[in-house]
Amino acid sequence: MFRSHILVCGGTGCTSNNSIKIYEALVHRIYKEGLEKEVHVTQTGCFGLCALGPIMIVYPEGAFYSQVKVEDVDEIVDEHIIKGRIVTRLLYKETVADDGSIKALNDTNFYKKQHRVALRNCGVINPEKIEEYIAYDGYEALGKVLTEMTPQDVIDVILKSGLRGRGGAGFPTGRKWQFAKNSVGEKKYVCCNADEGDPGAFMDRSILEGDPHAVIEAMAIAGYAIGADQGYIYVRAEYPIAVQRLTIAIKQAREYGLLGKNIFGTGFNFDLDIRLGAGAFVCGEETALMTSIEGHRGEPRPRPPFPAVKGLFGKPTILNNVETYANVPQIILKGADWFASMGTEKSRGTKVFALGGKIHNTGLVEIPMGTTMREIIYDIGGGCPNGKKFKAAQTGGPSGGCIPAHLIDTPIDYDNLLAIGSMMGSGGLIVMDEDNCMVDIAKFFLEFTVDESCGKCTACRVGTKRLYEMLCKVTDGTATMEDLDKMEELCYYIKENSLCGLGQTAPNPVLSTLHYFRDEYEAHVRDKRCPAGVCKKLLRYQIVADKCKGCTLCARNCPVGAITGSVKEPHVIDPEKCIKCGVCMEKCRFGAIIKA
Amino acid sequence: MKSLEELRALREKMKSQTDNRSVASGDETVIKVGMATCGIAAGARPVLDALLDEADKRNLHNVSISQTGCIGMCRLEPIVEVYKEGNKYTYVHMTPEKARKVMVEHVVNGNVCKEFLVGENS
Repeated sequence: MFRSHILVCGGTGCTSNNSIKIYEALVHRIYKEGLEKEVHVTQTGCFGLCALGPIMIVYPEGAFYSQVKVEDVDEIVDEHIIKGRIVTRLLYKETVADDGSIKALNDTNFYKKQHRVALRNCGVINPEKIEEYIAYDGYEALGKVLTEMTPQDVIDVILKSGLRGRGGAGFPTGRKWQFAKNSVGEKKYVCCNADEGDPGAFMDRSILEGDPHAVIEAMAIAGYAIGADQGYIYVRAEYPIAVQRLTIAIKQAREYGLLGKNIFGTGFNFDLDIRLGAGAFVCGEETALMTSIEGHRGEPRPRPPFPAVKGLFGKPTILNNVETYANVPQIILKGADWFASMGTEKSRGTKVFALGGKIHNTGLVEIPMGTTMREIIYDIGGGCPNGKKFKAAQTGGPSGGCIPAHLIDTPIDYDNLLAIGSMMGSGGLIVMDEDNCMVDIAKFFLEFTVDESCGKCTACRVGTKRLYEMLCKVTDGTATMEDLDKMEELCYYIKENSLCGLGQTAPNPVLSTLHYFRDEYEAHVRDKRCPAGVCKKLLRYQIVADKCKGCTLCARNCPVGAITGSVKEPHVIDPEKCIKCGVCMEKCRFGAIIKA
Repeated sequence: MKSLEELRALREKMKSQTDNRSVASGDETVIKVGMATCGIAAGARPVLDALLDEADKRNLHNVSISQTGCIGMCRLEPIVEVYKEGNKYTYVHMTPEKARKVMVEHVVNGNVCKEFLVGENS
């Protein structure tokens, strides 16, 4: 037994902030003090509060240290580990109560409303040690399935739990498995979609980095349920830490005989391989993903036949998202009723969201379905920084839509989000405040889909490009009111005439912003004005004569010499020469320069 | 690994590695060793080692063993505090042997080792 555990976050967020150096320095100091038998230092997966990384937690006190630097390590060891005095200065402020005592982490605003199922081991175990996963009931579900349940029992439990696909479309997982089980075939496949491509989404990465064995175990369970003996995890090559930990996890599982032949002596065989994605967004679409695994160019193909009938290499296949799999072992162990008791009528369980954009607590949160957007953004996320007003939230990335401020009390589940013109998506949640121009946001997402369209369908390949050009006209101030109607028409045309989910959902950001923020579009077109002051072509920098002291600072810093005026006299900007770089406004000490 | 029993055996073994990786819950026995300069100088470290070792040997998972700062009665160090079922017991002048006895008699069997308590020894 160790008297103390030090857990250092080894997720991508904290790693890019040097958490590995902190870990190494800690291990070094602990050995130097001869404490290695009493104190255990572990690198774990993501804690979720990425905004405050690098993060470290010391048990049994539960002291949550945030924004730790390598230089702080000696103080933590000297004070906390050797003398037992918590280093208050480094504690996450929310965990310190008014009287100076430490609050439990689960009582802080960020964690209080969370309920961790898919993320339960992230930030708890060392993902590179299969023994730690086993200590937290790992592979018990696989053992239970193989020794006590029939394949149909497994599918019945998943069906009854109400688990729906966490990749975004929300198809009932149990039904998918049932289709694949019913398909006749010698060879079947189990695939995992870890090609997480939505800008701002990183929950699949965090699960793979923090708890890779949960996914491996679930895929073996799925293999047993549908009668497959081979699985593939398709993970994007841009996730080096996730790929590395998965590789280690698969190797360890094979060494323990938890993958391979005759698992637990039951005669069940299952093995897994990793396939790396080359960075195409369209490969997150199921048919394109399988085409890519087969070694071809990642392009979607028509459905039916559905993958459950004719999938990878023409054989019956199931494909689930990382987060969907991460829920499975828990459902098997704790039962369908336990899982179904969380969430709403039609969306059971929890959902992981990646909070990003204009929000205080950037990071990863897992909440029961049916939690409102307000709770996520204000209670958990801490609201918009700098006292700015919340304007909209984008869910579902480039396939989703904007949820405006007046719908902030909508309980989040699959059906509610669809009803208000967005979608669950993989779970990226990008928050926008009053400084964001909604036309510009739509343009950003469309630029992404224009880039990522595979080019197979004309509607998507050419349509998104034309739509993007129309949006450019709007932000340039050269569009007409008819263009807005044409844009809407084109949106529906693209949706109806594209083969796969990419084209079918690509116009969503435009449609939802046109629907909820039409006044902003009209301001661009009619008044040639960008209300948020983002679109450069419509922007004008002006000097308020009353406030200008004539210090000449702006004129000296203007890169194109657009500002004229003599010393101690109000200056003037020549709009013909101005390139709208904003340097003058940044430099002015008197707030005399405004955007108009 | 050839059977589910092997998995369960490994899990039991690993539990001792991951114990203490959470804040102690209400029904856990919490043991604290005074380990400020006074405690360490009086020999608190061998006492702590003995407690950890005993917990390992007896496979105790419902125990949290940690250190604490100066308890204030430096002349009575090493001091071990046991929090069990809502009561606090303060053992003083501890040695590794006495610590092992407290683990067996008090923590496991529930019989307070009165002879080591602060009231009897101050």
